[in-house]
Amino acid sequence: MRTINVSEITEAIETLCIEANLYLPEDIKCSIIDNYEKEDSPVAKNVLSNIIKNFEIAKGEGIPICQDTGMACVFLEIGQDVHFTGGSLTDAVNEGVRRGYINGCLRKSVVKDPVLRGNTGDNTPAMIYTEIVFGDKVKITVAPKGFGSENMSQIKMLKPSDGVEGIKDFVLKVIEEAGPNPCPPMVVGIGIGGTFDKCALLAKKALLRPVDSQNGEEFYAALENELLEKINSTGIGPQGFGGRTTALSVNIETMPTHIAGMPCAVNINCHVTRHKTRVI
Amino acid sequence: MKKINLPLTEETALSLKAGDSVLLSGYIYTSRDAGHKRMCEALARGEKLPFDAKDSVIYYVGPTPQRDGHIIGSAGPTTSGRMDAYAPTLMQKGVRGMIGKGERNAEVIEAIKEYKCVYFGAIGGAGALLSKCVKSNEAVAYEDLGAEALRKLYVEDMPLTVIVDCFGNNLYRIGRENYLKNNSGF
Repeated sequence: MRTINVSEITEAIETLCIEANLYLPEDIKCSIIDNYEKEDSPVAKNVLSNIIKNFEIAKGEGIPICQDTGMACVFLEIGQDVHFTGGSLTDAVNEGVRRGYINGCLRKSVVKDPVLRGNTGDNTPAMIYTEIVFGDKVKITVAPKGFGSENMSQIKMLKPSDGVEGIKDFVLKVIEEAGPNPCPPMVVGIGIGGTFDKCALLAKKALLRPVDSQNGEEFYAALENELLEKINSTGIGPQGFGGRTTALSVNIETMPTHIAGMPCAVNINCHVTRHKTRVI
Repeated sequence: MKKINLPLTEETALSLKAGDSVLLSGYIYTSRDAGHKRMCEALARGEKLPFDAKDSVIYYVGPTPQRDGHIIGSAGPTTSGRMDAYAPTLMQKGVRGMIGKGERNAEVIEAIKEYKCVYFGAIGGAGALLSKCVKSNEAVAYEDLGAEALRKLYVEDMPLTVIVDCFGNNLYRIGRENYLKNNSGF
């Protein structure tokens, strides 16, 4: 048994919120630079060059990469031998988000009611996803999620008979409907399997996987490559101005599902695919 | 690259074509979801807009709070489609330019043609870069809305692209078609 005071969680989350919004992950940066080299449209090249300048200014001057500093999605992998003391874990996470968004001059983008609206003023509550794992550590990932791209995401309960072609058609339909809105080049997170809700969570988790990685199974790795090529043949391009680079990566995550179903969720992220992790 | 000085006159609007790269300088106003709703509710009650709309430009942005010594925080465009319900009313009142990103609906494009307006795109997700063009920043109304307050910004050489011109041409169609025509090897 290991005891962790929840104040440690608060401190970690404050820092992770700020760092995630200022420093783009290396794999995303490399992918944008690589696509700039490969891009064949001058208009698209110009957009990508400005995107590169943008993340350099953000890092150099401490200005958030994007003004939509997102809803704070907080993933907690909690070792089963950990015992938290010092108060509620949920409160500690929200306090970390509150401090991060206030002290880091990040935008407060959360309303207290989806219909009646009203800004909460401190970007809480966080979206908290907990998982109990083996061991005595806590792995915290903060992934601020902007809503320009979140609004373009979709889920569909496909039939098993739709097969892999049904998945491809659905993903391409989502990309087509998203068009320029989610600030392409985008990162496409796909969840396949599970239940309605688990499928959407898989898609969101897929966005945390580095863009230079592939699904561990050959079949899905090939599907990632095929979908990326198809998405980058649509011509939508950076910002939708026309070009090759519509997506930087397609990341697929799967899990078992029911004999009657084949859920498929597509969670879209923009080129500012932010996440930062710390293990306590 | 065309340089444009505000206010955005009809003559200037008529000279711009979808796909043009421009550098915009002058005073612009910021507003997004909640601010647009309030402005249109005020108009419906017979009240005036909280700024002089004639030949004005609205930037769909909710910036991050500025750090000490900075004029503004990160300040890139938000998705314009959410303002489609309000945009024609504002164009009718004199707003001639909109800066945002993403598709507009048919009603907005019709209003752009009718009132000879321009829809500009700024690079979505480039808020740090775009913040460098902002030289002054003053709250005008609705400060209780936080990031969604109506602000008056002075911008210098703000890099924009004409998405929809006053003839209704749309870069999102044209740019994609041109790219696919020139790169048909797929």
